[in-house]
Amino acid sequence: MSTTDWPLWEVFVRSRRGLSHTHAGSLHAPDAELALRNARDLYTRRGEGVSLWVVPAAAITASSPDEKDPFFEPAADKPYRHPTFYEIPEGVKHL
Amino acid sequence: MATAAAQRTAPDTVDTAAYQHAFDAAVAADERIEPRDWMPDAYRATLVRQIAQHAHSEIIGMQPEANWITRAPSLRRKAILMAKVQDEAGHGLYLYSAAETLGTSRDDLLDKLHSGRQKYSSIFNYPTLTWADVGAIGWLVDGAAITNQVPLCRCSYGPYARAMVRVCKEESFHQRQGYELLLALSKGTPEQHAMAQDAVDRWWWPSLMMFGPPDDESQHSKQSMEWKIKRHSNDELRQRFVDICVPQAESLGLTLPDPELRWNEERGHYDFGPIDWTEFWEVLKGNGPCNEQRITQRRRAHEEGAWVREAAAAYAAKHAGDTGGTGATRA
Amino acid sequence: MTATGPEARTATGSAPVPVTAALALGDDALVLSHRLGEWAGHAPVLEEEVALANIALDLLGQARVLLSLAGDEDELAYLREERAFRNLQLVEQPNGDFAHTIARQLYFSTYQHLLFAELASGDGPFAPLAAKAVKEVAYHRDHAEQWTLRLGDGTETSHERMRRACDALWRFTGEMFQPVEGLDADWARLEQRWLESVTDVLGRAGLPLPEGPSTGAWSAGAGRQGLHTEPFGRMLAEMQHLHRSHPGASW
Repeated sequence: MSTTDWPLWEVFVRSRRGLSHTHAGSLHAPDAELALRNARDLYTRRGEGVSLWVVPAAAITASSPDEKDPFFEPAADKPYRHPTFYEIPEGVKHL
Repeated sequence: MATAAAQRTAPDTVDTAAYQHAFDAAVAADERIEPRDWMPDAYRATLVRQIAQHAHSEIIGMQPEANWITRAPSLRRKAILMAKVQDEAGHGLYLYSAAETLGTSRDDLLDKLHSGRQKYSSIFNYPTLTWADVGAIGWLVDGAAITNQVPLCRCSYGPYARAMVRVCKEESFHQRQGYELLLALSKGTPEQHAMAQDAVDRWWWPSLMMFGPPDDESQHSKQSMEWKIKRHSNDELRQRFVDICVPQAESLGLTLPDPELRWNEERGHYDFGPIDWTEFWEVLKGNGPCNEQRITQRRRAHEEGAWVREAAAAYAAKHAGDTGGTGATRA
Repeated sequence: MTATGPEARTATGSAPVPVTAALALGDDALVLSHRLGEWAGHAPVLEEEVALANIALDLLGQARVLLSLAGDEDELAYLREERAFRNLQLVEQPNGDFAHTIARQLYFSTYQHLLFAELASGDGPFAPLAAKAVKEVAYHRDHAEQWTLRLGDGTETSHERMRRACDALWRFTGEMFQPVEGLDADWARLEQRWLESVTDVLGRAGLPLPEGPSTGAWSAGAGRQGLHTEPFGRMLAEMQHLHRSHPGASW
């Protein structure tokens, strides 16, 4: 019926200063300007945000779930990247 | 996951069993299935059907309440009602987005709604005849919806579960405003009290029907429970709802229209009278008081809005090269 | 009616509030909010359901504050007769198609934005309200401008509809710049800035500036004098019916 599907946009909201933008959901809009305004109305109408990004959904390249082992498992065996890897004598502060 | 190795190879028939195994293991471990994961076709189809129906219900559900926006009897009530109807549009949008992650488009889903190929909750095929109906919808219809929806926040499909978390959070005020509205009427003039009682009399049974047919007649329930799309059976949720409502009705000073309603000490639940399933199936088939009216209004809004959507698309195409400036910096 | 004299006291009892002005601004917001509320369930696209409701809710919030400055908000909204309403005829005009609604929004929100910005910068009794509202209205104005561009510069159909809508509502725009008793504003400058802004937006949208007269020929006056158009009585009948059917009831 409709020949003019508005493209899909992904919406990212910064909920307050100091935090990064987090994916909130998606919406349809004909262009970036209206996408931003629609996002404001839809995802921040209860004061949920101080800043918004909208990204055309088609512009996102995602890692494939099929590749999740080669992508993510190599990172799982490097415990020395995490602070809990290191034993510090009790009582030592500010570390 | 143990079976991830199998997922790395090309998806052909040989590996379907391995994929199925990985899917089953994820569901069993209460992990979430995400859009790009392999999933059985029937699981995908069930989700599309259910999420679409849910989204359609939000959108059609705007109508019976919007019917009273222009007549709301105080400015405070008017603001509350407008905000509530607006939320329903928003919830429809969240849900259509969740459905779209399954590879369907919103336009396609709307076409199916408009042509009657997909359904919405039958409750919205009942009319809102008085102002008290706005209260009864908030208390009973939203109450039943919340009883249904809270378990969906743990649904096995990630995008649906996340949409439901947002919906449930926002809907917490919907039921309370309905209850408060009815309370004001119940404690008001005799005419207002009668209006409230009349609304509860008309909405009680249809609300119980919102949980769907009895478990032994429900065609999709068993599989949906296995897939953890659904967490509780229709009858379980219906009973939970009845148990919650009875004391709430007492506090309201209103009666529920069921002479058989009484506490059963042995079961630890309220017993209630038989539901008229003939009415349920008839309304579902299209013979409810407002089926035609609701879908006609929806279709008209969509058709009359076509030129607006086309204009915005044409404008976007003409100005595709312009940078509005908003996209230039990330801050 | 609680609004008795030409001046009422604010809740804090400090600056006196000119009742005529509070009613004029409050009725504008109340009536336009009502009209936008009529879109619920009828908008051309779901995202616009949310946007139009946001604007309607902002306006209703403004109306409640303003009417409360003049008396009891519900008594004023529900128990006044048509001739006691002081809103502009522009805001009571029926929604028409989406183009008419957008043209009405463009004309009114540009006016309201400029007026509130001026009131906010002063130290009159409306300054605190105007300071809050001006941010809301800036968004309403932006929404109207964005859609004016898209409809004017979209398809042939949308261009034609938008042109007709701008023409049809033009004759209600002159009334906006009649001085309102109790509002300290430079009305001639306001009109000039409004015209510049609207001319600019319509120009960017490829739409001609309407050429007809910007006021009606009836010397009896218009909305600010309590004279309204035919659709307004019908709107009030619907809005007030339930409240009036139960005198003295609480809701």
